[in-house]
Amino acid sequence: MVKTRGQSRGASAADLDRRDLLASFLGASGAVLLEGCQSRERDIGLPPGELVGPSVALGHRIRDGLRLSFPERELQATQVVIVGGGIAGLAAARRLHQEGIEDFVLLELEPEAGGTSRSGQSDIVAYPWGAHYVPAPTREFPALVQLFDEVGVFEGTDAVGDPVVAEEFRCRHPEERLYYKGIWYEGLYLASGASVDDHRQMTRFRAEMDRWVAWRDGRGRRAFAVPVAAGSDDPVVRALDAITMAQWLDQRGFDSPRLRWWVDYACRDDYGLRLEQTSAWAGIYYYCARIPEVGAAARPFVTWPEGNGRLVHHLYSGVRSQCLLGAAVTEVTPRQVEGKAVVDVLGVKAESQQLFGYRAERVIFAAPQFLSRYLIRDYRDNTPRHVTEFSYGAWAVANLTLSEIPQSEGFPLAWDNVLYESPSLGYVATSYQRGLDYGPALITYYYPLCDDDPRAARQRLLQLDREEWAEIALADLGRAHTGIRESAQRVDVMRWGHAMIQPRPGFVWGKARQLASQPFRGVHFGHSDLSGIALFEEAFFHGTRAAEEVLAALRGRVDSIL
Amino acid sequence: MSRTAILYLNVFVIATCGLIYELLAGTLASYLLGDSVTQFSTCIGVYLFALGVGAWLSSFLDKSLARYFIEVELAVALLGGFSAPLLFLSFASLQFFSVVLYCMILVIGTLVGLELPLLMRILREDLDFKHLVSRVLTFDYVGCLLASLLFPIFLVPDLGLVRTSLLFGICNAVVGLWGTWVLETGLGGGVIFLRIRGVLVIVLLVAGFIKADSFTTWSEDQLYSDAVVYSQTSRYQRIVLTQRASGFQLWLDGNLQFSSRDEYRYHEALVHPAAMLTQRPKRVLVLGGGDGLALREILKYDTVKHVTLVDLDPAMTGLSARFPPLDELNGGAFRDSRVRVVNADAMIWLEQPDEPFDLVIIDFPDPNNFSLGKLYTRRFYRQLKSCLAEDAAVAIQCTSPLEAPRSFWCIVNTLQSAGFSVRPYRVSVPSFGVWGFALAQLKPFVVPQGCRGDLRFLNDRVVEALFQLPNDMQQVATEINRLDNQILVYYYDREWEIVR
Ligand SMILES: Cc1cc2nc3c(=O)[nH]c(=O)nc-3n(C[C@H](O)[C@H](O)[C@H](O)COP(=O)(O)OP(=O)(O)OC[C@H]3O[C@@H](n4cnc5c(N)ncnc54)[C@H](O)[C@@H]3O)c2cc1C
Repeated sequence: MVKTRGQSRGASAADLDRRDLLASFLGASGAVLLEGCQSRERDIGLPPGELVGPSVALGHRIRDGLRLSFPERELQATQVVIVGGGIAGLAAARRLHQEGIEDFVLLELEPEAGGTSRSGQSDIVAYPWGAHYVPAPTREFPALVQLFDEVGVFEGTDAVGDPVVAEEFRCRHPEERLYYKGIWYEGLYLASGASVDDHRQMTRFRAEMDRWVAWRDGRGRRAFAVPVAAGSDDPVVRALDAITMAQWLDQRGFDSPRLRWWVDYACRDDYGLRLEQTSAWAGIYYYCARIPEVGAAARPFVTWPEGNGRLVHHLYSGVRSQCLLGAAVTEVTPRQVEGKAVVDVLGVKAESQQLFGYRAERVIFAAPQFLSRYLIRDYRDNTPRHVTEFSYGAWAVANLTLSEIPQSEGFPLAWDNVLYESPSLGYVATSYQRGLDYGPALITYYYPLCDDDPRAARQRLLQLDREEWAEIALADLGRAHTGIRESAQRVDVMRWGHAMIQPRPGFVWGKARQLASQPFRGVHFGHSDLSGIALFEEAFFHGTRAAEEVLAALRGRVDSIL
Repeated sequence: MSRTAILYLNVFVIATCGLIYELLAGTLASYLLGDSVTQFSTCIGVYLFALGVGAWLSSFLDKSLARYFIEVELAVALLGGFSAPLLFLSFASLQFFSVVLYCMILVIGTLVGLELPLLMRILREDLDFKHLVSRVLTFDYVGCLLASLLFPIFLVPDLGLVRTSLLFGICNAVVGLWGTWVLETGLGGGVIFLRIRGVLVIVLLVAGFIKADSFTTWSEDQLYSDAVVYSQTSRYQRIVLTQRASGFQLWLDGNLQFSSRDEYRYHEALVHPAAMLTQRPKRVLVLGGGDGLALREILKYDTVKHVTLVDLDPAMTGLSARFPPLDELNGGAFRDSRVRVVNADAMIWLEQPDEPFDLVIIDFPDPNNFSLGKLYTRRFYRQLKSCLAEDAAVAIQCTSPLEAPRSFWCIVNTLQSAGFSVRPYRVSVPSFGVWGFALAQLKPFVVPQGCRGDLRFLNDRVVEALFQLPNDMQQVATEINRLDNQILVYYYDREWEIVR
């Protein structure tokens, strides 16, 4: 039962406010949807569940300037410290390990590695808490192909030399469906009932995208490449970053509501931003970067039931012994000691509250950039402007355990199930991807908070507790699945305060990103936010890149795999 | 005829009609919902209870008994008369068939329960109580006997359920209309109006009776053409067994799985070529095939040490093991100590198979949805490879190469793409038409020889001929069926759509 809601139906004003608040998360028909829940709420309470990390409290303590004193002589000497054990940190560790550097430690705040690609495990199936797929890499990014090959997802190469993903690691068919006014339709573009003009605009939109797929700059670079760094910095491409995706559509007369919905969905799905907030560069990147050439199919998605958690597992297992989990870094201090530049890294173990300290030759900073102003000593008093330009969206993710897969009208269950009229992104049928068609099921529900002000979004995210997010997920999915409340056995919720870097206009091609990528007194930055878009490939790229910078600094040279 | 004689005749007719409605409801319920024991006993129970309710309600009627009697008659005529068509209709288009059914039984029962008490009170004026009770009950029970004999012998076979119900509706209406004359003295005013209504009801019912044919074909079309002897909706599917003179049929979700008349052709063709190829099958795996008919063929080989049968639905394997006609047909296969039944999704089970097998028989329902389609994917066949002995043989049912050539060849091509050598073959099964199979091995092979001598259908020459595909069943190019395209389900849908 929702704690904040009164026992009696003659609810107090505060309760009504609370209901209005919840309703505001569900779009136009929010109040009606909650009404539906409430009438049945007496008989069917909310299923149990947990509110999972990230460790907000500790994070806030760090933000509020946690100062630890640690005896200098007890600092443990190590060649490299990696701050943060998300994909970027793990990729950096992998790169050091590949080059034979074993004298490093990776410090991760959470009790598990993986960051926003973390996963969980239930009796039914493993499930994602964040990232859940990666488009199959092409031969243009050999280092990433190599990584995926280690995980064993390929079964040979195709005619042009790109690796072929084995079918069991692709999204199970059907890949997507869309719920609109009582019926599920195949695909994500609402083709049913589209007018001739809608179709025409869609064709024109695809032609525009094809133009960008084919585009090459003077040096033969693609406009949009994976990783971002391999793409063109031509002024024509950069100009796209000056406007929003909505403006870009406006300028070209794209006013078909279905088309705009479809593009808006893409922006929300990939970046947690609406059309009006997303840089046109990022909006078009989504459609073009994963298509090798005009006419070719988009690269298939590589996925697992637990999402990119599988990749985390792989990366982590290679460097497990050098990882210290549940270890929050609180201070990173570059200094000169006996004429030598070192970096001291202090922190506290989350569980035991025990302090630790390292003295490293180099540090790889693979935590989000915004933390640098709280962690790096010099940045505290004198925060560089570029740090403040990094803004992050807030997301809620819920994993729902159901007694069975919900019934539906129209097109059958797909991997990705989206609701046209909802501000959420719908759900991924996690246990379906595992091949489970009968009996208990697990689905993963995604909700990006797309406020104009990211702080407002974070506030809205954190002001609701587990029960309230569960209520929202059930009411929202109840639009399409009337029995979902009855069949829900558990609803676990994750609140990501700083889920993803936001590619708002001006950020991807602004100065901040470049400046933030520069090493600072022995600290090398490697988080995915340096790309301006939150993607596995970018995390892998920057982690590896930062590690190679460190390798070069330690050894004078390194053969880059990038 | 005297007034009392006529009224006794009424008792007789009313009783017959009443029992007929009850039988109709019970029969329809067990036809449509299956599980006849439960359906019959609950229908009878509810009906008898409703009779009691009617009898009890009659005590609240004090004045104008004759008028009430006629009103009740006309109501029973309408409701009872249209009960069968209404129930058929609601089964075809309503989710809440059982709700409609029991409401109907309750209302009809209550009305019928009112009839006799009212009539007895009307007759009381002509007779002393002792005679009244004995005569009325006598005619009542004789009417019941007549109804229960007429129903199975004449009514159901010759008239059908719909006409039967309409016919007895007409009888009730005639009793009502006739009553307006017999009981005229007790009716007071408004007799003409009552008579007009009586005539109207009769006209309606007669019209229904005449039109019944087209209605019946329409509604039976939506159902099975033969008597349902068993049906059950399990967690996974709807299982129906129907019976006709030539034998019985198993349907899963409305798709025919076999007819006992000619299933031996299908199951011999499914099992023996593969068994011949692997020569001395010892460890056998059956995927699907919960009817146990493939088991029956497999168990003919003395070399067989154990058979693992993996079928999704415990209701299906349970039925095959315990339902006498099925148990008889599969030769008691489930009682054989060599057989082990696993109820699981074959694809999940294949992730951890327990031993290498040297014979695998795959008998899944046709790929008409994605959950079935995945059992025909390259991924599935690759998983299968991991539990095969080196020279294991695999046989797979592949739908009809004549009606659904793309689907058939898609399965064959997919098997090939998974690394199998494949030889497709086909057999004629009258209830199905031409049916296709694929025989596969991990290495190239020739059509096997050495057929057992004790089979009803196969011998060495026939086996050889099965693999000779006629010109209208030659290979067509298809895509490979994969988890991420499920192309087979689309082929299958399109091809069988045309056939239907
Ligand atoms: C809901 C959601 C869905 C997503 N879906 C996809 C997807 O489908 N595909 C895709 O490619 N990408 C997706 N992403 C983007 C995802 O963020 C990236 O793919 C990638 O995981 C980013 O990795 P990272 O290492 O750069 O950052 P992070 O995951 O942010 O890792 C940073 C790590 O640093 C740790 N850390 C922070 N502070 C400290 C400290 N003081 N001390 C020690 N450690 C610290 C954090 O705990 C964290 O583990 C999704 C993200 C979210 C939130």
